[in-house]
Amino acid sequence: MSLLIEQCLNGLQLGILLFLISAGLTLVFGIMNFVNLAHGSLFMLGAFVTAWLTPLLGNYFVAAALAVLSMMLLGLALEFGLLRSFYGRHHLDHVLVTFGLVLIANEGTRRVWGAQGLTVTLSDTLGSSVEIAPGVSYSLFKLISIGAALLACLLLALLIGRTRLGMRIRAGANDREMIEGLGIPINLLFTVVFGLGATLAGLAGALAVPVMSAQVGMGEEILILTFVVIVLGGVGSVKGSFLAALMVGMFDVLGRAFLPALVGLFAPPQVTSAIAASLSSMLIYIVMAIALIMRPQGLFSKAR
Amino acid sequence: MKSLLSSLGAIALALAAIPTASAAPRSEIRIGMVSTMTTSAGAGGEATRQGIELAVEKLGGRVGGIPVRMFYEDDALQPELGKQKTEKLILEDKVDFLVGYNYSNIVLAALKPAIDSKTFLLSITGPSQLAGRQCSPYFFAVRDQNGQAPRAVGQVLNQRGIKTLYTLAPNYAAGKDMIEGVTGTFKGTVVGQDLTKWPSQLDFAAEIAKIRAAKPEAVFVFLPPQHAIQFMAQYSRAGLKGVIPIYSTYTFDGLTLPVIGNDAVGSLMSLIWAVNLDNPVNKEFVAAFQRKHGKEPSSFSAHAYDAMLLIDAAVKSVKGELDDKEKVRAALKAGTGTTRGPIRFGNNQFPIQDYHLIEVKAGESATTASARRIETIETNVQDVYAQSCPLK
Repeated sequence: MSLLIEQCLNGLQLGILLFLISAGLTLVFGIMNFVNLAHGSLFMLGAFVTAWLTPLLGNYFVAAALAVLSMMLLGLALEFGLLRSFYGRHHLDHVLVTFGLVLIANEGTRRVWGAQGLTVTLSDTLGSSVEIAPGVSYSLFKLISIGAALLACLLLALLIGRTRLGMRIRAGANDREMIEGLGIPINLLFTVVFGLGATLAGLAGALAVPVMSAQVGMGEEILILTFVVIVLGGVGSVKGSFLAALMVGMFDVLGRAFLPALVGLFAPPQVTSAIAASLSSMLIYIVMAIALIMRPQGLFSKAR
Repeated sequence: MKSLLSSLGAIALALAAIPTASAAPRSEIRIGMVSTMTTSAGAGGEATRQGIELAVEKLGGRVGGIPVRMFYEDDALQPELGKQKTEKLILEDKVDFLVGYNYSNIVLAALKPAIDSKTFLLSITGPSQLAGRQCSPYFFAVRDQNGQAPRAVGQVLNQRGIKTLYTLAPNYAAGKDMIEGVTGTFKGTVVGQDLTKWPSQLDFAAEIAKIRAAKPEAVFVFLPPQHAIQFMAQYSRAGLKGVIPIYSTYTFDGLTLPVIGNDAVGSLMSLIWAVNLDNPVNKEFVAAFQRKHGKEPSSFSAHAYDAMLLIDAAVKSVKGELDDKEKVRAALKAGTGTTRGPIRFGNNQFPIQDYHLIEVKAGESATTASARRIETIETNVQDVYAQSCPLK
C-alpha cells in the first residue's frame, strides 16, 4: 500500500512536470500555429542555469528563480528577434528553424558546461525524506516541487480563466482571425504567450534538475513525452494538457512499477523483465494510439 | 564487336587486378572512429575520442611507424546511423581499421559492412552475440564481453555472503548481457529485476521505490554515464545511500564521478582497468591524460587508447603490409602491452585478462571522488561464450 502511494506521488510529480512543459507548447501551437521544437531546449537550459547558479549563490531557490527569469527573457528575445518573422511561413520552416535552435542549444551547452552535465546537491534538510502517512516517507524536495508546480498551475488557471489577457489568449486559441479582426494587437499577444511558455519550461527545468540532473539532450527526450501529452489533451487546450499530462505521468510510472509483477503472472520468469520493460516503455504510446482512434481531436477537448 | 567486348573484358580484368598488385607497405594508415558524440550519451564519445587522440599524440602521429590519418564520426546513439557512418568510412574514406563503438546495439548494427569489406573493427563494447556463434575474424573486442565483469561481481557477492539482490540495467543489448552475467554466478536469490528505458529514461523514482520496498541486501546496477548520474542522485535523495550497498560495473569513473561526487562513495565494482592500476603503460597514460585535460581519465578513454596501441603493435608486426588479412589478424590477436598490462586474445578475439575489485573512495571535495582498485578478484578470465565460437 505504501509503495502504491509513493508510486502515485512519483506519477503525480512526473505528470505535473510534463504539464509545465506542455502548457507552453500547446499554447504556442494552438494560438500562434507555430511548431516549436526548441521548447525542450528551454527546459534543458532552465535546468543547466539552475545547476550552474546553485553552488555559486549557495541557495537553490534563488538560483531557480533566476533561471526561470532568464528563460523568460530568453523566450521573449527569441520570439522578438527571430521567430516572429517565421509565423506566416510553412510548418516545415518552423521545424527547420527551431530544430536549428535545438542543435545550437545542445552544442552551446556542451561547450559551456561540458558533455557530462551538471547536478545540484541539495542541503541536508531539502534532500531528506519526510513521513507523509504512517510508514510512507517521501522526499521533501519532491513534495516542494509538486507544490510549486501546482501553484504555477493554479496561477496559470487564474491567468487564463479570470483575466482579460487570459480571455484574449483563449480567444486566440479558438479563432485567431476573429481576434485579429477585433483589433487586438496579436503580435503583442504572441510575444506574451511565447514568454509565458518559456517561463513555464524554465520552471520545469529548475524543478527537475535536483531530481534528474542536467544533461545535454534532455530536452528532446522530454519533448517526445510532451507531444504525446499535447496530442492526448487536444492542441491548444491547457485544461486538456493538464489532465493528459497527469495521465501520461501516472501511466508511465505505474507501468514501470507494476507491469513486471503483472506480466509475471502470465509469463515465465526469465522473460518477464524483458517483456515488462518493453511493454512499459510502449504503454503511453499504446494509450495515445487508442485515444487517437477513439477521439482524434484529443481526449479532453471539445470537437470543433 | 566481339573484339571490342574482349578488349573491354581485358581492361576490366586489368583494373580488378590493380589493388592486389600492391602488396607494398602503406604510406598512410587510415583509421575511422564511430562513437556517440552527441545526444545525452555524448560524454562517452568525447572520452573515447580523447583516448584516441592521446594515443596518436603519444605515437607521434604515426601508427606502426606510418603516418596515420584519423576520421571521426558520430552515431548519435542510433544503430542505423552507426551503420551508415561505418559504411561511409569504409567506402568513402577507405579506412584500414575501425575503432570506437561504445554501445552494443550500435556495434551489432554496424558490424556487417565491416565484415563484408574485411575491415578490422576494434570495438570497446563486447556484446555476447559476437563472442559466441556470431564471432567474426574481423571483430575484436578491446574491453571484454559485457557479461564478464558482472560475473566477477556475482562472485564477490557470494564471497561476502550476500543472499538477496536487486538488479537494474537499461533495456538494450549490453544491459541484458550484464544482468545475465551477474545472475549467472550469484548464488543467492534475485528479489527484483528492472530493465529501464534506454536511452530516454530520466526519472528512476518508480524503480527506486521498488528497491526500497524489496529490501535487498545489495543492488546491482549497470548504468551508462548519463543514467548513472541521474540514478545515483535519486538513490541518494531517496535515503538509500549507505543503507543498501551498490555493486556495479563501468558505472563510476572519471566520466561520471566528478558529477556524481560523494553520492557514489562506497560503491563497489569489478573492472579490468582502474586509474591506479600499476603498470608502466597505464602510468604514462594517466599522467598524460591528466596533464592534457586536468582530470582523471575514464574507462572509455583507457580502452580507446588501448585500441590504438593494439593497432600500432599489429601494424608494426606486419611491417605496414595490410593486404594479407590473415597476417594482420594474427598480429592483432597477439595483443600488446595496454593500460591494463599485457593482454592476449582468445579464439573468439575477446581478451583473456584479470578482473579487479574497485571501490569508489571519497575525495577532498564533493567532486573528487575516485574509483580505486583494492584487490584482484580473478586472473586470466575468458568469457563463457568463447567455446561456441567456431574460430580458431
